[in-house]
Amino acid sequence: MAEEKFEPKVVAFVCNWCTYTGADLAGTSRLKQEPNARLIRVPCTGRIDPVFVIKAFESGADGVLISGCHPGDCHYNTGNFHARRRWTFFKELLNFVGIDSTRLHFSWVSASEGKKWVDVVNGVIDTVREQGPFLKYKEIKEHDFQEIEN
Amino acid sequence: MPDLIEIAKGLLESKEVSFIIGYTKDRFGRVKPYIAKSVEDANNLMFDHHSIHNLAVYLTRLKIPENGKVGIVAKSCDIKAIIALIQENQIKREQVYIIGMNCSGVVTHSTDEWKKENIQIKCKYCADKSPMLYDAVAGTAEPFEQPDDTQAVLMQKLEAMSSAERWDFWAKEFEKCIKCYACRQVCPMCYCEQCIAEKNQPQWITTSPTPAGNFSWNIIKAFHMAGRCVGCHECERACPMGIPLTLLTRKMGMVAGKEFNYRHGMAIDQPTLVGSYNFNDNEDFIK
Repeated sequence: MAEEKFEPKVVAFVCNWCTYTGADLAGTSRLKQEPNARLIRVPCTGRIDPVFVIKAFESGADGVLISGCHPGDCHYNTGNFHARRRWTFFKELLNFVGIDSTRLHFSWVSASEGKKWVDVVNGVIDTVREQGPFLKYKEIKEHDFQEIEN
Repeated sequence: MPDLIEIAKGLLESKEVSFIIGYTKDRFGRVKPYIAKSVEDANNLMFDHHSIHNLAVYLTRLKIPENGKVGIVAKSCDIKAIIALIQENQIKREQVYIIGMNCSGVVTHSTDEWKKENIQIKCKYCADKSPMLYDAVAGTAEPFEQPDDTQAVLMQKLEAMSSAERWDFWAKEFEKCIKCYACRQVCPMCYCEQCIAEKNQPQWITTSPTPAGNFSWNIIKAFHMAGRCVGCHECERACPMGIPLTLLTRKMGMVAGKEFNYRHGMAIDQPTLVGSYNFNDNEDFIK
């Protein structure tokens, strides 16, 4: 039997006001995009607690994309500025514990940038596909189950 | 050291403070945290190379009354924690009387002598040995030769590794975690009434000590210290499993320094790093 082709699971946390609407525009404009991303709509990028990203990786995501309004465009004025500061730390921290920038991506996509959304999401999916499945977290999770069974 | 006791006695006699959080020796000669409530109690206060505990943690745990005032014996690293708590609106400047101690480094174990090899990691790269915010200063600092910063060497080694190797390093370290939350209890900056580790609707972090859950807990704990850690190294000292937690917090401190030229707990009127923003923050990593 032929080996099953690896299809990455990418979790995308997107802000309701810009990127989600941008992704909607990509859909209504009939732009083609790869189907590997699961969108999770949040009110603002400032709402994205890094624990969401950890949970996504823990639950088997191969990559995570975080996307929101461009600086200055935030519906709540300052949400994305605060988020940007947090991510500066978060990406460095994850990189330091072994989840590098090939798995964790950030972007600004506005409501009118349907084309940019398609490019970003396809780019992310391709990068993650190249990296292969994220087995490290799965390994330690399987270890958990073995321990429980024994 | 008569001057610390004299200051403490004066404060308690005049009733300026309701009590003083300091150090004393137990009957085995080990140093432990101590609360002096009366002038007689003040005689038991002491400070030496074994006064390693960061007493700032008691400031939030003890719930000081709005108009109350307490005294605290603090080294420069503890003072940074007090400043940070004031910056984060947890206590008011008027609520604490800081007895700043001139410090010449502390040693990790109560049985260790004060010498170069035994000095704790934090003192190896400590840049501010004299108190930066105080109401009174006591003690004399003996000059000491700064030992080699072994943690910085390990840090460089880790940074030079590949992501997969780093993951393996940390997976091995975090596997030891028994989820006792000592690192959280001892941390002066961990003052949340309800910790994310205790939130169970939804359950973000697995409560049982399993490798995957341990990973999440330790990463989140380190992230919550981003731009806030004052580098007192109490988490690592309290950790019964010897996980090098300060590597993570020090890394976060390095990012704060490199990206924002910021150090937490240096000035009481400075806005906190993650609580503020700048329009021109670096965003090279965002597509």
